[in-house]
Amino acid sequence: MSNSKISIRNYSLRYSDGVQALKNVSLEIHANAINVLFGPSGGGKSSLLRSINRLIDLADVDETSGQILFNGVNILDKEMPVSQLRRKIGMVFSRPIPLPKSIFENVAFGLRVAGENDPAVLHSKVEEALKQAYLWEEVYDRLDDPGISISGGQQQRLCLARVLALEPEVIMLDEPTSALDPVTTARIESFLQEIKDRITVIIAPHNMSQSARVADYATFFLQGELIEVGAGSKLFVNPQDQRTQDYVEGRFG
Amino acid sequence: MSNQSSHTATQVRKAKDGIGYTLIHIISFFTLLPVLGIIFYIVANGAPTITWDFLTSMPTDGMRAGGILPAIVGTLYLTIGTAVFSVPLGVAAGIYLAEYAPQNIWTRFIRIAIISLAGIPSVVYGLFGLGMFVLFLKLGNSILAASLTLSIMTLPTIISTTEEALRVVPERFRVVCASLGASKWQGIRKIILPEAMPGILTGVILGLERAAGETAPILFTGATFFLPHLPSSPLDATMALPYHIFVISTQVPGMPLQIQFGSVLVLLVFVLVMNLSATTIRTRARRNRQW
Repeated sequence: MSNSKISIRNYSLRYSDGVQALKNVSLEIHANAINVLFGPSGGGKSSLLRSINRLIDLADVDETSGQILFNGVNILDKEMPVSQLRRKIGMVFSRPIPLPKSIFENVAFGLRVAGENDPAVLHSKVEEALKQAYLWEEVYDRLDDPGISISGGQQQRLCLARVLALEPEVIMLDEPTSALDPVTTARIESFLQEIKDRITVIIAPHNMSQSARVADYATFFLQGELIEVGAGSKLFVNPQDQRTQDYVEGRFG
Repeated sequence: MSNQSSHTATQVRKAKDGIGYTLIHIISFFTLLPVLGIIFYIVANGAPTITWDFLTSMPTDGMRAGGILPAIVGTLYLTIGTAVFSVPLGVAAGIYLAEYAPQNIWTRFIRIAIISLAGIPSVVYGLFGLGMFVLFLKLGNSILAASLTLSIMTLPTIISTTEEALRVVPERFRVVCASLGASKWQGIRKIILPEAMPGILTGVILGLERAAGETAPILFTGATFFLPHLPSSPLDATMALPYHIFVISTQVPGMPLQIQFGSVLVLLVFVLVMNLSATTIRTRARRNRQW
């Protein structure tokens, strides 16, 4: 069907406090699709997301092994230019975290640190990104207000716009709607369906129902291990592994 | 019956609470007394001396008359000189310790050194300044040597408050900056440092305030008994308010009291204004903080 965007090969991760977050994980992230990582918390989903854009560099990591290939390049390579990588692989966090700046500057931040200083370019790109995230109509007349002055749902769309402004190839979302109301959640989900044709989506939903709703491909994680992977349409209906079945049917979680 | 007794127990507890709170209020009022007392005493005795002439003219008649301009100007120069050296160095060191320093023995050694530096008596700084800057580096008794000495004394305050101000900025901002492709330094410069700035500024002002009021460190390094003119170069010695107050209180016979009180009031106002501005910056920043 679709080709692989990111290829994770025998990847293991252990933190300095001794926690083995991921054990020998091999997984293909499909291009132009919504890739769901699901499973109980502590399963390694966040650790995997943060490995793909090398945000784990900021944590106390004891050891990693294996490979994560992005467009054919091993991003775990010490020589990897991480800033460029993070521009191509954007990330949205579980809580909206606007930077302590204006709405405009929140979206412009990534562009500015990438060296874009032309005010005209910044304005058009910020506007474009806010429109893509369906936020423009609500904030166009108060772009200079602080990012935290808008509602939680708007803040999360602001965080999405901030990532979109960098025209990423991949967007990763770590429980992006866990702090949001159902209406905003639905908006964000339909938005992901819209963009997946041009941007690869990796999402770790905070509940089963969202996982089942959005998944083109789904991967079940349990205690750092990849248990089962498959097309979303099959995995939630007819899981092969007993543990996946138990989780999907709500016997634990 | 049991209801009745528990009711009484509650009343007793409330009464005890009341006594406790009253005591604490009285005690905290007592801590205010010395401050209020000093300020009232100095203002009441010094205020009549303060005239435009007193602030802007040279001392005359062996300092028994005239103004204290050279002492005021000298203290300003010393404060600015101290800021020039201690602010860049202290802030840089604070950034290093908060954001970059690895957790190892070397870093721990630096921290211990800073804490020790903060505990050294000011007269020791003065003697060190004499040996290091005045004699060894041959800067002589000068504004430059005194400023450098005061800088070393001020450094621990600035380093510690800078580090602390950076640490209270939430880690999530650093993560977000990185996730948007910012280098560590870009994140610090554009987001973390601006958020920490009010805290840093407060520390800087409090550090400089202490420098402005110190006598011992400048005693052997740059302060002079009397200067018939204003200093014209950083290599000139200078009069300074704290040392001037010491001199006119102990070294000059027949010194009119009102000049002493006036000089003390000027120093007090100088220091209090700095203190007040630090407090204002801090309060305003807390109110405007977006996290």
